[in-house]
This record gives sequence, C-alpha cells and structure tokens, in this order.
Amino acid sequence: MSRRKEDPHAEFIKGLWRDNPVFVQVLGMCPMLAVTNSAINALAMGGATFFVLVASSFLVSSLRQWIPRQVRISTYIIIIATFVTVTDFTLEALAPVVHKELGAFIPLIVANCMILGRQEAFASRNSVRLAVVDALGMASGFLFALFTLGAVREILGEGALFGVSLFGPDFEPWVIMILPPGGFLTLGLLLLFFSWLRERKQRLAIRLEELEAEPK
Amino acid sequence: MNRGEPKLRLQASPLLRQQLTTRQAMLDVLLALMPATLAGIWFFGISALLVLSASILGAVVTEWLFSPAGYRGSRLNDYSALLTGLLLGLTLPPALPMWMAFLGGAVSIGLGKLIWGGLGQNLFNPALVGRAFLLATFPIAMTTWSAQSAPGEFFRIGSSTLAMPFMQPGYDGVTAATPLGLMKFERVSTDLWLLASGNSTGCIGETSGLLLILGAVYLLIRRDLDWRIPTGILVSVALFSALLLLSDPERYPGPLFSIFSGGLLLGALYMATDPVTSPLTPTGTWIFAVGIGLLIVLIRVFGGFPEGVMYAILLMNSATPLIDRYTQPRVFGKGGSSR
Amino acid sequence: MNGLPEVTTGGGEPGSLRLVATLSLAGLLSGLIIVLAFETTLPTITAYKARMLREAVFNVLPSVTSLKRLVYRNGKLVETEDEQKGDQAIFSGYDQNGRLVGYAIPGAGPGFQDTIRLLYGYLPAERKVSGMEILESRETPGLGDKIYKDESFVSGFRSLAVDPEIRAVKKGKRTAANEIDAITGATISSKAVVRIINEANRQWLPRLEAAQPTVTGD
Repeated sequence: MSRRKEDPHAEFIKGLWRDNPVFVQVLGMCPMLAVTNSAINALAMGGATFFVLVASSFLVSSLRQWIPRQVRISTYIIIIATFVTVTDFTLEALAPVVHKELGAFIPLIVANCMILGRQEAFASRNSVRLAVVDALGMASGFLFALFTLGAVREILGEGALFGVSLFGPDFEPWVIMILPPGGFLTLGLLLLFFSWLRERKQRLAIRLEELEAEPK
Repeated sequence: MNRGEPKLRLQASPLLRQQLTTRQAMLDVLLALMPATLAGIWFFGISALLVLSASILGAVVTEWLFSPAGYRGSRLNDYSALLTGLLLGLTLPPALPMWMAFLGGAVSIGLGKLIWGGLGQNLFNPALVGRAFLLATFPIAMTTWSAQSAPGEFFRIGSSTLAMPFMQPGYDGVTAATPLGLMKFERVSTDLWLLASGNSTGCIGETSGLLLILGAVYLLIRRDLDWRIPTGILVSVALFSALLLLSDPERYPGPLFSIFSGGLLLGALYMATDPVTSPLTPTGTWIFAVGIGLLIVLIRVFGGFPEGVMYAILLMNSATPLIDRYTQPRVFGKGGSSR
Repeated sequence: MNGLPEVTTGGGEPGSLRLVATLSLAGLLSGLIIVLAFETTLPTITAYKARMLREAVFNVLPSVTSLKRLVYRNGKLVETEDEQKGDQAIFSGYDQNGRLVGYAIPGAGPGFQDTIRLLYGYLPAERKVSGMEILESRETPGLGDKIYKDESFVSGFRSLAVDPEIRAVKKGKRTAANEIDAITGATISSKAVVRIINEANRQWLPRLEAAQPTVTGD
C-alpha cells in the first residue's frame, strides 16, 4: 500500500467521477432514493454526508496507529455515529424545515455503507492528507449524484428548482417523480447513462489501440 | 428445488404448426382491433384519433431511436411497436393531451420493452407499463373522461388535446363519470346495451364491447389467440361477481355489468393474451387467467380505484415466470421426486 | 471477527484489556461531544418548535393576542406551561381585553398514506371551527397535499359549525353550515381531515363545556 506514489489529484477525481460512489459503485442507495425528491433536500443530505465522511476519514486516519485491528469496525462506527449525531443536532437548530423533511434519514447516515467502506478501505491505511482528499472526492461524488437526482426529480415533479418555478403556473407536474417510483426510475436511467458512457469510452480506447497497431 | 433452469420447454403434440411470423401475428391483431378503434373515433370524435396517433408515434419513434442503426428497418417492420402504441392509445381517455399520449408511447417501448432486451424479453405488457406510468404521473388527466361528442361535433378538437407539451390541459368539453366510477362512488348502474354497444364513457377503445369480441373471434379463427386466457378471466370474473351479487344485491354489480364495463374485454382479449408475458403451459395459462379475474373483481370492489384490469394483468405478468416454472410438464422416466 | 484467521502483526496480539480500554475511551469521548452538541443546539431547537406552534395557534384562532396552555389531568383542565410526557394539551386564546376567544385543539389520525397531524381553532361561543392548519402529513403530492395547499379547502374551515358533526360533501354540493367541500380527486384525504376534527371534538368539547360553564351563556 505504502509503496504507491501519493497523487492527491487522482484520488480526488477518482471519487468524483471514475469511481463515483453512486453511479459506479452503487453504494448508499437508501438516502439516494429516499430524500432526493427536491434539490434542496438532496443538497442537505449530501452536505451532511459530506461533513460526516470527511471528518470521520480525518479522525480515523489520524488515529490509525492506535486503533487495534480487532475493534476497528466498532471504533469506526463510534466515530461516524458521533459526527452523525452532531450533524443531526446542528441541522435541526440551523435549518429546521429541511431537518423535518429529511426526518429519520439523517441518523441513518450511520448506516451508509459508503462511509464505513472508505474508512476500512482507505482512511485506515493511508496518510491523513490522502485520506482527507479521498474523502473529499467521494463525498463530492456522492453530493453530485444526490443533487443530479434531486434536480431532475424536482424539475419534472414540481416544475421548479430550489422551489423557484421554471415553467410558470401552467406546468403539469409529473407526480410520479416526487413519489418513490420516480426515484427508482430516475436512478435507473442515470445508471444506464453512466454505464453507456463507460462502455463507449472502452470501445473508443480499443478502437484507438487497433488504429495504432495497424501497419501503415 | 433440485431442478435447474428449464432448458427445453415442452408442449404436447401436434407440434406441426402453420407458418406464423411475428409480423403476420401483429398484423392480425391490428386488423382485429380496427372495428373497436374506428368505433372509438366515431364516438369520441377527431380528438380520439389525435390521441391514438400521438401514442403510436411515441412508440414508433422510440423504437427507431433506440434500435441499433443496422436493425432499424427490420425492427419497425414487425409492427410490434405500432401495435403497442395502438393498444396504449386505446386505453387512454379521449381528451388526454397529445403530449402525454406521446410520452406514454415512448415509456411503453422504452421502459416496457427495450430496457428488458427487446421483443420477447419483457416481463410486463409494454402498453400497460406505459399506461401505469401515465396514471401514476398524471393522475388527474388520466381520470378525466370527456363525454361522447354530440352530433355535429365530430370534428371539434378539445383544447385539452392540443395542450402545449409539459403544460396543464384546460378542459372545454363536457366531462362525465365512467360507468365503473358511477357504480363505485354513486351506486348507479348503467344500461347493459349502452355498455355493450360502446355508447358510454371511458377509454377510447374499451367502450365497444361487442366489436372487441368480434375482433377476438377473428383472432381465434386465425389461431393467434390462446382461448384459455379470455375464457378463464371472463368465467372467474362472472362467478366471483355472481357470488358477491348473491351476498348483497344492493352493493355489488352483477356479472354482466362487470364484464362489459371498463377495460375488462380489451384487457382480457388483447392484453392478457400477449404471448410474451403470459405463461406457456396450458395449466399455467389457467392459473394466470383465473388470477387476473379474481384480482380485477377484488380491486374494483374493495380497492381505492374504480378500475383494476391494468393492475391485475401487470401483477399476474410478474407471476408468469414463476407459474411457468412450476407448471412444467413432468419428465417421464427420470425418477426421483419432483415437487 | 472471530473464527477468521487473524493476520498477526509484529507486535503480537493486543490484550483484551487494551481493546476494552480503547472502546471505552472512544465511547466516552463520543458521549462528551454529543452532550456538548446537544446542549449548544437545544435552546435554538426548542425556541423554534415553540414559535412554530404559536404561529399555528394564531393562524387558526383569529384576533387572539395571548395564549395559555391547558392540560387535561384527572378529569380537569389545568393551566400549566410545564410539559410532561403523555400530556393531553390544548391552547386557549385571549384577545387584548383578556377575554377568552377560543381554543386551539391538536388532532391526529390516519390519512391516505401516513398519520396527519393538525391543529384547529374552536370558538365555544358560536360552536364553530375557526381555522385548520396541517402540521404534518405525507399525503400524495399533487393530490392529497391539497389539504393544506388548496386555499379553498383550507378556507372552508374558517367558519364551520360542529353540530351535529362536520361532513365532507362533493365539491359544490355544500348546503349546510356543518358541511365542507371535499377536494376533487383527494376525497380520502379530505375525509380524513374531517374525521380527525370530529374525533377531537368528541373528545374535547364535553371537557371544555364542563370546565367553562360561563362561556355558553352568551
């Protein structure tokens, strides 16, 4: 592990795009589907997850020499749960309306497998600097995915973005988009789109190799 | 469960059949639907024709757009997208905005068929997937029924039909409740002859019961239709309704009303019989049909919606692979217990 | 963790004492941080909740300037600000001169999808509902959520007789003072609201009459 050269830039891009936690790794589906019925809810959820992930990664990486292997998962969970609870209280005090909308899903960030996964797979084996960059990338990727889904669902479901009407009062809302099936549909179509992009890129790469291999 | 995935599907002899291509079967069904379609246009005016065209266009354009470039011509040539679009259009309210019908056609083909891998791979009936999507997306527009066009108003196009894409429809015509809605919410029955002849409110293609039966008879003669499915549905609906009628004649409609009202005939004759989404074995077909019949009556009588044909068929569609699995003919001479 | 072959590091297995100590320490620190965050945010959170409730009360009771919280305990209405778990509390509203205007009564019951919680104003002098506000609901967007988004439905509760009981009728068919137009396409949600208010009335009106015999005089 430690032999790998540190490349913060690549670690960041990895989370944001190439290994995007939602579109590529398909992690953290519960908040993804449950709270993305509007852009603002998606942003709040993404922001809360962002804070928890970055703070936990920082702490886990800093303490990685003192955490015994046998109790590492329990310790990670304690660390994550602490940050989640703090986020829960803070959000309730600062933005009560959003907090009410997100309801039980804020405490459920503890169960977001993406966060625990990053601690186990990355933060516990890398330097603090890299761990934080990795967390920043993954959290941004998650935020990006939540926001995309929330924006699509709000635009079609309410004809608005961040509560600002886009098409005037005569817009016919797509009720299904606000309801759970709309979340599944939109997520499925986005996953389809991203795997299509990946496949196209691979096809292009193969084609390019063939061209280069061809004798002049 | 020690049996693996069945590799070979068996049916009793005679195995020799007339030559039947997908294209020919689709053409037969299209032809069989023509009388009911024309009657729908006759009753609901030119608006209904526009709605039908929009849903067909949505289906065909989507099929064309998402087929690999090399197969485009041949895919469209089997007329299956056209048929899906028409079937969807027939289940839509006549005053639905054209843009919604177009979207429904696109969803039918895109989410109902192509995403599963194309013709023959889909689990659910594509036209009903489109309709379920529309009902969940635009619940009000999908349950606003325009009355039949008055004499001399055949060519009048309602303003709702021409609503701008993504915009709310404004209704200028006369709206009315469907026979099933009247039954459920006001306990008013509708004359049986009006129902059978098509002279009532409802989706474009569901009203003319007798013409739908006429088309099905043609399909039966051409052997494009598995007679067990409609028979199973109609008999189970009739029996179940008769039982309910006996228990409380004040509350429940009779068997004939149940059969001729709503989309039951259209669904039983043309949608449940879709060979792709119904079971293959005769036993399985009976289970499938009776399941649909019971679900229809259950949803209509005890559910929140006045009509249940669509959900009944979709639910049984999802049970089809399971039914197929458990009704495989026994393999003789293999020994061992097969559960 | 148990059962799996552990990859032993150079220093050997740490004793179980050390494992317990690590976890206890982590738990202790975590607890401290959580308590700190709780204490810091609590005043803001309580203040907000109280403000929202007061706003709702002023919305459903017109021309009220001050409030009192009443709790039903041991068969009597007691005025108290002190909140206890399981309290059955309502609010009484007074005008500038300190005269009783009416009561704000909370109610809850099943809607189409989930529990609907609401607050409504009740004027004992006229035996009328004076306003209704939905505090919490998860009704279908675009249909059931009209119980608070549809102004004509909400305004139907501004003056609604409670005798013999409130009835939801089909839109446009309202004839009597105790009838309200249901929302087209959301009959179940409309009827749920009416049922919740009727149930709360059955529970509270006898108690209020028993407690305030003077009000019925005028």
